[in-house]
Amino acid sequence: MSETSTIHTGAVHAVHHGDHGHGHHEQSFISKYIFSMDHKTIGKQFLITGIVWAIVGGLFSVLFRLQLGFPDQTFPILETFFGHWAKGGQIQPEFYYGLVTIHGTVLVFFVLTAGLSGTFANLLIPLQIGARDMASPFMNMLSYWFFFLASVVMMSSIFVHTGPASGGWTMYPPLSALRQAGDGQKIGTDLWLIAMALFIVSSLLGGLNYISTILNMRTKGMSMTRLPLPIWAMFFTAVLGVLSFPVLLSGAILLIFDRNLGTSFYLSDIVINGEILPNEGGSAILYQHLFWFLGHPEVYIILLPAMGMVSEILSVNARKPIFGYMAMLGSMFAIAILAFLVWAHHMFVTGLNPFLGSVFVLLTLLIAVPSAIKVFNWLTTLWRGNIRFTPAALFAIGFVSLFISGGLTGIFLGNSTIDIHLHDTMFVVAHFHIVMGVASFFGMFAGVYHWFPKMFGRYMNNTLGYIHFWVTMAGAYLIFWPMHYQGLAGMPRRYLDKRGWVSFNQFTDLDKMITVVSIIVFAVQLMFVFNFFYSIYKGRRVMTQNPWGANSLEWTTPINPGHGNWEGEIPEVHRWPYDYGKDGREFIPQTEPVGANESKH
Amino acid sequence: MEIVSNQQKQKMHPHKFTLWVAIGSLIMMFAGLTSAFIVKSNQVNWKPVSLPVIFWVSTGVILLSSLTIQMALRSFKDREMNKYRMLIGMTVLLGAGFIFCQWMGFRELWAQQITFKGSGAGQFLYVIFGLHALHVAGGLIALAVMFINGFFGNRKNYSSVPVEVAATYWHFVDALWLYLLVFFLLIGRS
Repeated sequence: MSETSTIHTGAVHAVHHGDHGHGHHEQSFISKYIFSMDHKTIGKQFLITGIVWAIVGGLFSVLFRLQLGFPDQTFPILETFFGHWAKGGQIQPEFYYGLVTIHGTVLVFFVLTAGLSGTFANLLIPLQIGARDMASPFMNMLSYWFFFLASVVMMSSIFVHTGPASGGWTMYPPLSALRQAGDGQKIGTDLWLIAMALFIVSSLLGGLNYISTILNMRTKGMSMTRLPLPIWAMFFTAVLGVLSFPVLLSGAILLIFDRNLGTSFYLSDIVINGEILPNEGGSAILYQHLFWFLGHPEVYIILLPAMGMVSEILSVNARKPIFGYMAMLGSMFAIAILAFLVWAHHMFVTGLNPFLGSVFVLLTLLIAVPSAIKVFNWLTTLWRGNIRFTPAALFAIGFVSLFISGGLTGIFLGNSTIDIHLHDTMFVVAHFHIVMGVASFFGMFAGVYHWFPKMFGRYMNNTLGYIHFWVTMAGAYLIFWPMHYQGLAGMPRRYLDKRGWVSFNQFTDLDKMITVVSIIVFAVQLMFVFNFFYSIYKGRRVMTQNPWGANSLEWTTPINPGHGNWEGEIPEVHRWPYDYGKDGREFIPQTEPVGANESKH
Repeated sequence: MEIVSNQQKQKMHPHKFTLWVAIGSLIMMFAGLTSAFIVKSNQVNWKPVSLPVIFWVSTGVILLSSLTIQMALRSFKDREMNKYRMLIGMTVLLGAGFIFCQWMGFRELWAQQITFKGSGAGQFLYVIFGLHALHVAGGLIALAVMFINGFFGNRKNYSSVPVEVAATYWHFVDALWLYLLVFFLLIGRS
């Protein structure tokens, strides 16, 4: 398609827009931007809320890194902002635990679950499968507003006098079940539980919709094996969420009963502050089973969407078909199944039966197989490709790097014997931050840079994008790589102050370095946020329908699609989405019928 | 919404499909709770519970309500709106009766000194039966809305999808109750 004709059709669409909106009358500001049922707007709402939460969660990590890197220093400005939580300019223990808890909760659930799969499942599923909207746009809208309510409750918990929940993001009882145990276990934990219950409702409403949309609403010719890989990833993500979040809810309900109604599901034989509690017969391990039955699939709920988007972005920017499409599907399926069968590897040192432990070791190490298949396929997709190093492509390549280095340390931790030494050390922190945290963030950044033109009709600034990538990439390794050494040396995680141990004095300068780098990386993320919002209004305009020369259906919509996505008929699909560099053509869109003399792929 | 549902031929209406996935999700929640129950019941100091007779009454009531909602769906499809309204109304009454019976059962247990104190079968019963009753109550609200709509409906199309969705959900909470009852009879007593 030539440049002029593309612009021409774009202009025609613009003229016809409004009176041509598929039975959709003119929308008011409220129904268009606030209580919107348009999946694209809901996706943007998830993204912007997620960005706000990421700033909060990232800022919290900078605050507690200040304490870890410079325990002798005072920062009077902290007392100005946080009052008695930072008395004398030093982070107080209760505040430290609150910061760590909210940092974990917010980034795992609010940013990397809602902000990542909420954004891209909403944006991409209807656009890439060829549907006008989700199966139930109303439920989709509810999904966002439940998330918003959860956000309001969680945010308010930061401002209560006794401080936010501080039992760690896993909220293990008995600590989290007893108000006497500390300030953070008072109203802060109640608000945490309410926020999480609302969050679970939100993600269930979203997940149900994603599944039934993918299975029921595909356009003509879009068979399951012609789906772009992000859609498959979102599908498995939604299945994992729908099957595992309810179990977390069960665990949370029992915890609420223990906290508020005097039951003892998790409590037994406790003496606290010299007071003997009457609770008998409960089991704290029961909570861990219920929690990690969600908690482990949650890791893949975070990671799979990033994997799917990275596959798509790598293929588009390497101008090559994805290597091993069916192997990609198979490995995602295997990961989704195994995700449910490995939860007890988080509990090797809880007194778990060693035989049972060895079963979980085997199942855990099995995950290395599909993971390795995926890595191999990404690398072979890049191999001898004609790579365009856009910011999105760089972040996708960075994802592969982080997934490899973070995945390898998972093999250490998956062994129950090595875990005896490594559990609850900085090694664990390093492992999951690289493989789950930073890697998923890279997938998310890649997605934002790649689909920004589709979301807002403009490009993000490339120079800022390159600075963002290189600083974040170097920073991620500088922050988390040294933590492996600290962990191997036995340095515990979650501790506020390690100065008492002579053996850890060797790490004082290392901790300073980590803190300084994390401040720089945080500043660069703020630059990304600036780039994001600036580009929404002032970015370079997108002039062609298909700026990346990609095959999938979202690039056949108008540059600024209205509610309903396509003017006129929904296009029919004739091929898979990865015909790049085929028969001497750079790319062949999915809508093009298969020619008579075309070679098979 | 119309544009969404009419755009292509499909085997199952997306809303019905969504309901089935939601049912899968609910099954996971109750599976989580009942497996917690099994784990706990194998530990020391476990206190079993014997079910008050009233739970048999509520079983009869909810089974009957499954029958009435199925008949309501049939009469909706036959466009017999008067019969439909009557049967939906009966289902609402029976559902309310079920929740009332559950409440009486809880009171009876409470009178036997089985309170929230402890962590035996009784406490699990309050949580699990309570959560089930909440799901019945949710269905009840939806049915009540449908009952009222049945009088003010100037409906253009007689799509039976909402009624079918409601009926399937109602049968599900019925079946879930039977499972929970059998579960407490077999494992709760020991």
